[in-house]
Amino acid sequence: MVYFWAAIIFWILAWIVNVWISRQKENRFFNIAPPVLFGMSILFIWESCVVTFNVSPVILPPPSAIYMKFMSSIPILWEDFVQTAIKGALSGYIIGCVAAFIVSLIADRFNFLERGLLPIGNFLAAMPIIGIAPILVMWYGYGWQSKAAVVAVMVFFPILVNTVQGLKMSDKIHRDLMQTYNASYFQTMIKLRLSTAMPFIFNGLKICTTLALIGAIVAEFFGSPIRGMGFRISTEAPRFALDMVWAEITVAAMAGSLFYGGVVLLEKWTTFWHPSQRGKV
Amino acid sequence: MISRRSMWSEGKLIPVLSIIGFIVIIWYGFSIVLNAPWEYDKAKRSSITLSNVELISNTWSQKRPKLPAPHQITNEIWDTTVNKKVTSKRSLVYHGLITFYETIYGFIFGTCLGILLAIGIVYNRATAMSVMPWIITSQTIPILAIAPMIVVALGSAGFNGLMPIAIISMYLSFFPVVVGMVKGLKSPDQLEIDQMKTWSASKFQVLHKLRAPRSMPFFFTSLKLGMAASLVGAIVGELPSGGGGGLGFRMLSGSTFGNTLHIWSGLISAAVLAGTLIAIIGGIQKVVLKRMSLEM
Repeated sequence: MVYFWAAIIFWILAWIVNVWISRQKENRFFNIAPPVLFGMSILFIWESCVVTFNVSPVILPPPSAIYMKFMSSIPILWEDFVQTAIKGALSGYIIGCVAAFIVSLIADRFNFLERGLLPIGNFLAAMPIIGIAPILVMWYGYGWQSKAAVVAVMVFFPILVNTVQGLKMSDKIHRDLMQTYNASYFQTMIKLRLSTAMPFIFNGLKICTTLALIGAIVAEFFGSPIRGMGFRISTEAPRFALDMVWAEITVAAMAGSLFYGGVVLLEKWTTFWHPSQRGKV
Repeated sequence: MISRRSMWSEGKLIPVLSIIGFIVIIWYGFSIVLNAPWEYDKAKRSSITLSNVELISNTWSQKRPKLPAPHQITNEIWDTTVNKKVTSKRSLVYHGLITFYETIYGFIFGTCLGILLAIGIVYNRATAMSVMPWIITSQTIPILAIAPMIVVALGSAGFNGLMPIAIISMYLSFFPVVVGMVKGLKSPDQLEIDQMKTWSASKFQVLHKLRAPRSMPFFFTSLKLGMAASLVGAIVGELPSGGGGGLGFRMLSGSTFGNTLHIWSGLISAAVLAGTLIAIIGGIQKVVLKRMSLEM
């Protein structure tokens, strides 16, 4: 019981500190501290609840046990990470994004195509596309290729919709200016329209990072070689080795955050001139 | 594009229909290509030579095709919705209803949670600073990974059936609602909030009379996104739970037994379900925004 109350007291103290911080002037440290404190209090409460109420590790292992398992099985986790996140998710993500980008350029060039593709793209972007996972696994086999295919299809429509929308964002007056400069289609495209579309494209790219990981993991539920995050989860969970499952989830969360963070950095680096990015660095 | 244009170059119907037609034609073509090897194999074993017409008609009527032709899928859907009893486990309506309930429960929980969090974030800076980063991080965790454990853990805590899956879809659907509602509740500008202050409006009155009505357009957009997310959650949640039924379960069993028609019919009905639910929200949105004269 002592643990439990200690955790509660820690939580309350952390909250008081956070309230104090939120009244201070903004600076870098004060932006990072509140989420860290909040995350720590959740971990403490989790740990103390598991210890105090004797929750069976089959239902919910404490964070400390997950950490131990994580540290002791890094080679397996790394192998799974490479199989699922790099080979499956990342390659599919790149294929899907490039394909969607090319199609949206074509759709933008031909008005008829755009009017036809955009409603269909919008419709399909809201669909449970993950459902094609069993079909693609059947077509491309159990290797990472089928996972990459699922990911590519999943990220295709959000990127398509966002890029087409972004390409429309340049002002008429700017396009007129390009015309007075006698700029060619490609010059206008690169120097004006793609630049204004960048924030929208990155919006799509960011949404798709999570989709990519989800797609790769779920596709592994339908068949995979004997490695990969989805495979590990689906074989360890029925054996009640939940510490291993949670270790995989930790890896997935870290991979997802890294992936997302990477795209955010890329955005900062390429669209530093945009109002939404200015003054942030 | 203000210039006057005819229906042909302005409307969406004709381009959409022609692209769908194009997809269907390609689909038929691919189902010949993908299913042909199996037919050749069969013909070789029984030493018959197939004419082209026979080959094509055979590839469009296999029992377990690699890629079923569109008419096979529509036949399958017709067969499993109209010709089967609704209570039968072989009926698509039965599975669709299970998925529908899971989606709706998850959607309602997720929307409530999302709105509460958004109000907390807008009104309390400490909440905004400490919780918001975790809300974003929570979405980088592939929830589907946790799905099997949520089902196991809640099952041992006495929750069975719909509940665990509804919680998974809640986890997916609260996020768009939080993000949209924070934007929406913050959309009144300082001038309007000051105006409320001069009327000495309480915090609750500001929320009730200014922020909430202002956030309506954002609200409906997030509801649509949340509904789509919650259907995905329901379908994926059904995968590990096993045995319970639902469209995701039907797709998984179709995949296990190599019954592609089950997978495709499940997929198409999931798409129809998503489209219908989103269209309903869109309808409500139109009526409500019109009555609030907020129509865009």
